[in-house]
Amino acid sequence: MTIKATMDDGIATRVFPEWRGQPLDEILYHCRELAEDEDFPTVRRWREAGGKVVGHFQVYFPEEIAHAAGMLPFKLRGASVEATQADSRFGSYLCSILKTSLELALSGRVELEMFVTHPICDAARNLAAVWGRNFPYPCQILYLPQNANSPHAAEYLRGEYDRVRRVIEEIAGRQVTETDLQRSLGVFNENRALLRELYAIKRETPWLISAEDAYVLVAVGGMIPREEHNELLRTVLPLIRERSAKRQDRIRVVFEGGFCEQPPLDLIRAIGRSCYVVDDDLLIGLRWILEDVPLDGDPLLALATAYLESSSYSPVQHDLRKPKEAMLLKRIAASGAKAAIVTAAKMCEPGLEEQVAYTRALDEENVPYFVSEFEENMTSFDHLEIQLETFIENLLFE
Amino acid sequence: MADQAVDTIVGRGNKDGADLFRQWFGELTEAAGEDRRAAYVFVMGSFCELLQVFDLPIVFPEINSLQTAVRRVAHEYLNEAEDYGYSPDICGYVKADVATQLRGGELPMGRIPKPAIAVYTNACNTYIKWAEIWERMYGVPTFVLDVPGSRAAGMQTWPGDPDFENDRRYVAAQIKELIPVLEKVTGIGFDIDKLRETMTHANSMNRSWKRVLELNQSQPSLFNALSDGTIYLGVANGFRGTAAGAAYFEDLVEEMEFKAAQGIGTLTEELYRLIFVGVPCYPIFRRFTELFTELGGTFVNSTYLWFASGGSNFGFQYDLDDPIESLAEGVLISVRDAMDSMFFQTQILSDMIDDFGADGVVYHPIKSCRTVSTGLADNRRALMAQRDIPSLFMESDMMDKRVVSEAQLKNRVDAFFEGLATRRQRAAIQQP
Repeated sequence: MTIKATMDDGIATRVFPEWRGQPLDEILYHCRELAEDEDFPTVRRWREAGGKVVGHFQVYFPEEIAHAAGMLPFKLRGASVEATQADSRFGSYLCSILKTSLELALSGRVELEMFVTHPICDAARNLAAVWGRNFPYPCQILYLPQNANSPHAAEYLRGEYDRVRRVIEEIAGRQVTETDLQRSLGVFNENRALLRELYAIKRETPWLISAEDAYVLVAVGGMIPREEHNELLRTVLPLIRERSAKRQDRIRVVFEGGFCEQPPLDLIRAIGRSCYVVDDDLLIGLRWILEDVPLDGDPLLALATAYLESSSYSPVQHDLRKPKEAMLLKRIAASGAKAAIVTAAKMCEPGLEEQVAYTRALDEENVPYFVSEFEENMTSFDHLEIQLETFIENLLFE
Repeated sequence: MADQAVDTIVGRGNKDGADLFRQWFGELTEAAGEDRRAAYVFVMGSFCELLQVFDLPIVFPEINSLQTAVRRVAHEYLNEAEDYGYSPDICGYVKADVATQLRGGELPMGRIPKPAIAVYTNACNTYIKWAEIWERMYGVPTFVLDVPGSRAAGMQTWPGDPDFENDRRYVAAQIKELIPVLEKVTGIGFDIDKLRETMTHANSMNRSWKRVLELNQSQPSLFNALSDGTIYLGVANGFRGTAAGAAYFEDLVEEMEFKAAQGIGTLTEELYRLIFVGVPCYPIFRRFTELFTELGGTFVNSTYLWFASGGSNFGFQYDLDDPIESLAEGVLISVRDAMDSMFFQTQILSDMIDDFGADGVVYHPIKSCRTVSTGLADNRRALMAQRDIPSLFMESDMMDKRVVSEAQLKNRVDAFFEGLATRRQRAAIQQP
């Protein structure tokens, strides 16, 4: 299916028509279907319409730069696919998301013009080399600064963003001007504001939106043009607020551990059955920047500064101002959560290491928590669900 | 004369290296006893040149951890860290160090002081997570001196290129930010002439290290890159920026040049010249090497001697007229080179095969280290597509004997050597 329509906002291609004109439940159904579709139809439609795609691995990528060049920034976050071809490219002791992300490309499910990864962990950094040995298009590391406390970090990152801009310009076959970038910043500022509103609903009235539905509403943003995502959110958020769902007696929890590999939707659904997930770090890269990026001045410097100065936290960014366990406690307090679900993807070194700091801090503060590991390809949740229910019951009857 | 020299020169590097190592640990134990604090650093970008200026004892936790494996007590340390909460699936070096800290610095070789500061690059991301543990345990300053690496294979930039200069300005700025932190921690003022002195020693060591590695192109090879090379590597890290380290490597060059001139190789009757890719199997360190040497295989070079020396193999020479800027440039180029030999090593290995007359390539990815191991299977696939050379791929670990099966490793190695022998026989038959 190819859908072309020139809109006033300048976007020429819309790739996710299924939700339009539908009632809320139908819209959410289509979002769930898209988020779980291993063939990524929206990316295919974008390409069929002549568009080009920058695939960026988790966690954060300055999508505005690709967007300003008229390309689709596509978030590579793995998938529930069997890594039949990718398995032979890797060793044994690695997280699943690495393998399934490469599998998506090797199997032809997604086609890219550029691949970008980041030095977020030792495994992810290797992806640029592995990808580059398998595909002819540019496969690069974007060196996001790991010394967020250096006064020079923003200027360095501005230069690194400019380098990426030049590579993207070559692929796109067009210049990316300051005006292009400022327009993209505006689109993404709106997107961030809408996502903040979605999370405000989760925090304030979690009975109006399930954990899984909130998740897919964010996730589809990584696979459709951001203007289209804005349209979707602008439509959906008022409908969610108008819902008449009743508040239930559920424990409010924060879910932590979804910054890179994503838990399967069924796992999020299972958690949502037992408790209200009032905040989380799922797909945190799409929500990394917490405030509007200023539209005046040098857009790349503004974007770089926002990455460092107005941003969330994750185990893969070191910033002395944001000790992770203190940030988790802050997230719990700010969302009014009573407990935390502290997870890590299997074989995820930073996630597993952070679990120790998180649980010790939670112990000190007497915040109840549930610790678990997950894998994107897991299919059985019975055991985990029983454990979680027991944990929740203990809290309810304490 | 030559006989006399054989007695005094041959084997000197191993003996002196072991002596220096003992001396180093003696000094650390003494510092710990006096409750003097140390700088905790890592092998890829240790900044010893700068830290020596502030008279800080230098602790390399990676080296301490691997020593627990070599001395066959790593499992005790790993279990202790796992009981503390760390997963079996994270870096074994980190866990051994956590247990070391919980034991007040006690190690089989002595006792290490507590940290006053940790200084580290992002050449391995686990460095950052590791230092965060010390930050929490001791509340000491930790300083990530972020060194951007190559963005893609063959995409290295050089001085004058705007992208290189952007990276250099970033590294130089961080060095300038680190100096006042070190002054505050130690109470010692920065002395640029002392920095020139340590950089002079580092220049000498870099030159010598590069030369030592090149000299192993000799046939027969002069040292085993896996066993002997690891001793040299320990000195290259622990004594970087010191007169003792520079002198050791000058002596080592002399030893290797002498051996090359005299045609003196290792103890192995060299039948096959091999390249090692990955990290050694420290839980059975000696036996692991013997699996190869018993069948006539010697390791003539390894990526380990590149990346675990922080890229000293590059031989970078600092410009002493402009120490800070040159330190930034040198660290940027050298640490980048170290990273390249882990991530983008296809061309490096292809060149090594030619330069060292290699007969085979041995890949040893390990559970503990994703930095080194993640891309090795794909690299092997790419290298084999490019070069007609036998290779062996076997997984184990650098720390955890639970994932080291000597019998399985031996089976694989034996089969590999059978293949090497068959290949050589075929080549002999095909020759006119």
